[in-house]
Amino acid sequence: MKRVISVIVENEHGVLARIVNMFAARGYNITSLTVAPIPESEFSRMTIMSEGDPKVFEQIVKQLYKLIPVYKVIESDNFIEKEMAMVKFNLDEPLSDIDALARCYNGSISNVGEKHVVVSVVDRPDRIDNFLKAVKRFKPLEVVRSGVSVIER
Amino acid sequence: MKMTGARIVIESLIKENVEVVFGYPGGAIMNVYDEIYKQDKFKHILTKHEQGAVHMADGYARATGKVGVAFVTSGPGITNAITGIATAYTDSIPMVVISGQVPTTAIGTDAFQEVDAVGITRPITKHNFLVKDVKDLAFIIKEAFYLAKSGRPGPVHIDIPKNVTADMTEFVYPEKIELKTYKPNYKGNKRAIKRAVEAIKNAKKPVFYIGGGSVLSGASNIIREIVKTTQIPAVETLMARGVLRYDCPYLLGMVGMHGSYAANMAMNDADLIISLGARFDDRVTGKIDEFAKNADIIHIDIDPSQIGKVVETKYPIVGDVKLVLEEMMPMLLDGIDPNRYEEWREILKRYKELYPLTYSDSDEVIKPQWVIQITGELAPEDAIISTDVGQHQMWAAQFYPFTYPRQLLTSGGLGTMGFGFPAALGAKEGKKDKVVINFTGDGSIVMNIQEVLTGYKYKLPVINIILNNNYLGMVRQWQTMFYEDRLSETDLSDVQPDFIKLAESMGGRGFTAKTKEEFEKAFNEALNSNAVCFIDVQVDRREDVLPMVPPNSPLKNMLVFKEDK
Repeated sequence: MKRVISVIVENEHGVLARIVNMFAARGYNITSLTVAPIPESEFSRMTIMSEGDPKVFEQIVKQLYKLIPVYKVIESDNFIEKEMAMVKFNLDEPLSDIDALARCYNGSISNVGEKHVVVSVVDRPDRIDNFLKAVKRFKPLEVVRSGVSVIER
Repeated sequence: MKMTGARIVIESLIKENVEVVFGYPGGAIMNVYDEIYKQDKFKHILTKHEQGAVHMADGYARATGKVGVAFVTSGPGITNAITGIATAYTDSIPMVVISGQVPTTAIGTDAFQEVDAVGITRPITKHNFLVKDVKDLAFIIKEAFYLAKSGRPGPVHIDIPKNVTADMTEFVYPEKIELKTYKPNYKGNKRAIKRAVEAIKNAKKPVFYIGGGSVLSGASNIIREIVKTTQIPAVETLMARGVLRYDCPYLLGMVGMHGSYAANMAMNDADLIISLGARFDDRVTGKIDEFAKNADIIHIDIDPSQIGKVVETKYPIVGDVKLVLEEMMPMLLDGIDPNRYEEWREILKRYKELYPLTYSDSDEVIKPQWVIQITGELAPEDAIISTDVGQHQMWAAQFYPFTYPRQLLTSGGLGTMGFGFPAALGAKEGKKDKVVINFTGDGSIVMNIQEVLTGYKYKLPVINIILNNNYLGMVRQWQTMFYEDRLSETDLSDVQPDFIKLAESMGGRGFTAKTKEEFEKAFNEALNSNAVCFIDVQVDRREDVLPMVPPNSPLKNMLVFKEDK
């Protein structure tokens, strides 16, 4: 089972390594991870998507709290989850179709170069999955996904 | 007043009332050692190996309850310290390890004697620091001591680059520490405590499961009181030996792989297990699916991550064992009827009588268990006992009459061979008035034997009783039981040192004992010798530690006698 947790940590050097180490040392898998400082505070927010049964998650949360720089671990079933994907296509693909598809997923064409076009979309992780399936027919050259970011409703 | 980082280290330690530092100098920590030279407020003990220094700081901490402190240099200094730090981490021992590091400008360049020290110690410390600016140094040291001893104790590592120890700043040592992100929960939740008390009152077959956390929280007196009043049977883990006196009528002995039959059956048959700072280690539970199938569990622990980690816990209480029990005590006394558990006690008494902890003694050859027992009779009641790791460790835990908490110093979680002797030296430094005895094996003792020199230099008489069976005994026992007697690389009979000459060459004393009389004579002489002593006791080579729960078997499937195998 996939689940997302939001971890508020002190913004200090080595803290990312501490969190990742804890996951690695205990054999928990990280599906995705995003980190950025929280504006006007001494904290950073890490959003971690991981897999496991509820018991594993209970341990993950407890083990996170054990780390000294961890201020808060937010678990919720009521997150707004957003993830970003960027996809590169050849210019000779049907751009209007690609653009139309991207718009369905809160996206658009972000850049048009001499040979390539880049589309970016921002949506729920499961919808990003769908988008990537749907654009397969246009022969994407490169796909880049961000980690998920969440905020409580 | 402005001072160098090195001076700040010294002044901070003085502020923390540090009495002794165990350590080993080197290039990157030289500025600090220069300041050690200039002061006389605390003692420095120069060890022969960094591992020895950390184990000594650990033994000092275990015996005194204070924070142990060790200094090492960068690179190989800190890597040599790793086993000691990991040992302390696994057993939750309060410790501060300070290492030198190459100058900040050289970090990351593969400079001489550079390693990523904080990277290496991260998974084996409660917390660690790389000091980048001398202005942070005093605060970090204060924080390190606070973290080491508060909540669930543990080792904290501070890595200080050489230029930081040379830089100058104003020395201000913080009076108090307040961390936004770290607030250990000492007092258990009142409602949870109430529910747990009700469960105890309603249980028919409850058992106290006493772990190392009881020692760390200083809960021994209140546990003794509660056990005496409620008359609920109790078992102890290896780390908790001595919380109850060995002759306490409600104590069933040690639990787990080499625990007593009665203790293991109590856990197996109980309807309520009251865990006091114990962590359901695999050496205790045996096969986890079969563990305590009919029992509800009350789990009191200061570390929330321990609760529910291994077994499902019906009554979780996050808090300090002592404080939680103090809260429980009046509720328990109010209306508890010790007679309620009479039938349960009778069953366990029968188990105890049926399968007592025993061995067949011999006049031909010395039995290791006899050595432990007779030492218990000959040594003062409050002697401190340390052990290395292996068969002798389990025999000591089974047969020594432990009377006080902090009396047994042993590497429980990590199982570190080479721990016992330096830990004993550290304990002796902290408890000068106590007799300190290390039970060790012919395999374990040679792992840190160089520290005889440290004992000699600083006049730390420690008696090492080597239960010498010319084997790596515990591995040999497993090879015999589970590998059809293929004794792969465990027979040490062709490479035994002469322990007498070895001790004497480093300023100690050595004795050999091949008979019981020789042992008693040697021990009494060692007691009065005021030197580091080795008593090389030639014991029965093929004696096994029994009873035993085979690995990954349920507790009830114990091998009680040799014929069971």
